[in-house]
Amino acid sequence: MELLERFAAGDLEAFETLFRLHQKEVYGWIVHIVRDSGIAEDLTVETFWRIYRSRARFDPHGNFNGWARRIATNAALDHLRRSRNETELPEELPAAPQPDPAIASETRLCVRNAFEALPAKYRLVAVLALIEEEPYENIAAAAGISVALVKVRVFRAVRMLRKRLAALNFSGGTKL
Amino acid sequence: MSDVNEKELRELLRRSIAPVENPELEHDLWPRMLQRLDQQPIARIPWFDWVLAALLGAVCLFFPGMIPALLYHF
Repeated sequence: MELLERFAAGDLEAFETLFRLHQKEVYGWIVHIVRDSGIAEDLTVETFWRIYRSRARFDPHGNFNGWARRIATNAALDHLRRSRNETELPEELPAAPQPDPAIASETRLCVRNAFEALPAKYRLVAVLALIEEEPYENIAAAAGISVALVKVRVFRAVRMLRKRLAALNFSGGTKL
Repeated sequence: MSDVNEKELRELLRRSIAPVENPELEHDLWPRMLQRLDQQPIARIPWFDWVLAALLGAVCLFFPGMIPALLYHF
């Protein structure tokens, strides 16, 4: 019996093998979205918990990677929805380079505030498309939406950011 | 704000919020996964099931003659 078939049948050892094979990739995807290593670890466990719970619905001939990434994206999106007004983007992420030191901290704060104010579904596509520069096809597959909808959401996110920055009296030319 | 066009905004975002490059998972999460699996919540009985059970109990208590009929249907 193949690994995926054993997993779908509820074999815990098969699940452990899949977990160990895919945990790094799932974590890496989630940390791009939530930008906090601790939260990303929690959400990785949550993702695999959801995967384990819905194993009976998984087609063993299907793509486990894609399925896991989609569940991970949903878990991260749920987190963004819950924490929209509670958490801020962390200043430092161990694996990440620091923001450009040439940019004024006031400017950075302004942009981060505007970004955090985005609704979760727009923040998801904005962080992946505008900051991480993920291809739209990857974002669409992970979020379970069409490429056209990803483009629309990126466009709207940019528009919302511009409005928000305008409301904060931000002028790109003067604060850079 | 009109002087910040879309291209500039993208650049500004990337300079303000640095992209995450090569994130590394520092430890194995399987022990935490096992803990999570052990903490599986016991299946909760919905409230309306409790109401139905209470109704059934009340019927048996106040109309004991119904018990044989109920047993027949079970």
